[in-house]
Amino acid sequence: MIGVIDYQAGNAPSVGYALDHLGLEHHLVRDAAALRRADRLVLPGVGAARATLDALYAADLVDALTERVLRDGVPFLGICIGLQVLFEHTVEGDVDGLGWVPGVVRRFPDSVRVPQIGWNEVTTTRAHPVTDGLPSPAHCYFVNSYYCEPADPDVVLGVTEYATPFCSVAARDNIVATQFHAEKSGPIGLGLLERFAGWEHGC
Amino acid sequence: MLTKRLIACFDVIAGRVTKAQQFQDNVDVAPAETLAARLYADQIDEIVFYDITASAERRKIDLETVRRVARHVFVPFTVGGGIRSVEDMFEVLKAGAEKISVDSMAVRDPAIIRAGAEAFGRQCIVLSTQVKRVGRRHGIRSGYEVFIDGARQATGRDALDWVREGEQLGAGEIVVNSIDRDGTASGYDLDITAAVADAVNVPVIASGGAGNVEHIRAGFVDGGAQGAIISSILYSPRLANVAVADLKADLAAAGVAVRPFLAG
Repeated sequence: MIGVIDYQAGNAPSVGYALDHLGLEHHLVRDAAALRRADRLVLPGVGAARATLDALYAADLVDALTERVLRDGVPFLGICIGLQVLFEHTVEGDVDGLGWVPGVVRRFPDSVRVPQIGWNEVTTTRAHPVTDGLPSPAHCYFVNSYYCEPADPDVVLGVTEYATPFCSVAARDNIVATQFHAEKSGPIGLGLLERFAGWEHGC
Repeated sequence: MLTKRLIACFDVIAGRVTKAQQFQDNVDVAPAETLAARLYADQIDEIVFYDITASAERRKIDLETVRRVARHVFVPFTVGGGIRSVEDMFEVLKAGAEKISVDSMAVRDPAIIRAGAEAFGRQCIVLSTQVKRVGRRHGIRSGYEVFIDGARQATGRDALDWVREGEQLGAGEIVVNSIDRDGTASGYDLDITAAVADAVNVPVIASGGAGNVEHIRAGFVDGGAQGAIISSILYSPRLANVAVADLKADLAAAGVAVRPFLAG
């Protein structure tokens, strides 16, 4: 069962609608007990990094989430802010993230319109069960002012260009995360969600 | 490369999409979720939904229709109309919207832009403006004035001053809706669209007047817009309709980068 983390500031309902459409069983996770029952997890996000982290701490979800993802190794998908909070630090509000993935989150320069809003190309850089079989490059929907810069280049799974080439899909071990909104990227995004739902990490 | 967006706009009354001319004489088109599902299948890039009578009737937005549309649409979905507080915004996001459009209420209470941006991030807050060419005069240096309440009420505010203030307060996107061109199929008002695109560094959306693919191309190239709101051309009973795939093919042939139509 997929647990969609609903920290009351993200767009968990949109992810839920996409999973409904795909016929994938899921439930919204609002507390640590529900989170522990899920055997794969999605952390969606719209909004600001600090508000997202504050909401996760306020709902007492951080310990359970860390335990399930880092200790138990359940497949994890972060979306948008759900990607950015995985890193050590973000310049948005000068906030420390969860620190699961070494690296930082930076802001796009003012030489381009910020936020980036719209459909941009994602080119995958290696094979991965969650993206294999999807077209590359593929247009996906982005809404972001910030982008991640993983310390380890092997974490990069997809690249997109906006002022600079940036990591638009990150993946390591049982963690995969997209800067674009998979739930709002039409058939390509739905295809990614479907692959994530069937991903048996370690098999 | 970031592509230009084709955005279908729904003016919704009681759960049904309607089509107006210069903000008047709305005719009925279809239930919102039916049209949303059709346009999603046609690969529209984005949908904007305005509950156009909520603000004037001083009632909350029609969340049930928002939910029904959100269930059919796996492209971005913006909702506006009757939003007065951060709580109202939160209700709309929970119903399945990605972005919130504020318009008349933000003119009355600009602090709502900042409050929304702080709560949900700048990218979540779209400032929609109704602008009318009134000629340059004291206080209206650009010659374009901001109107509210379905274009019924003049505000005395200069359009460029207002969009700059909106950007500073935290709006992540600006919609320039020309009252003069709304529903006329005579092309976007490129002058004010380009002036707004120069005045702010957030994405700008052209709105009001697109009647053919050349108008859309001009909105992107001459108006400097990142997105184009279209409605009549897609579904107005008063006009020959054009399929999204054909619009995209023609725009691509004219050198505009668009999200390609996925076959099959």
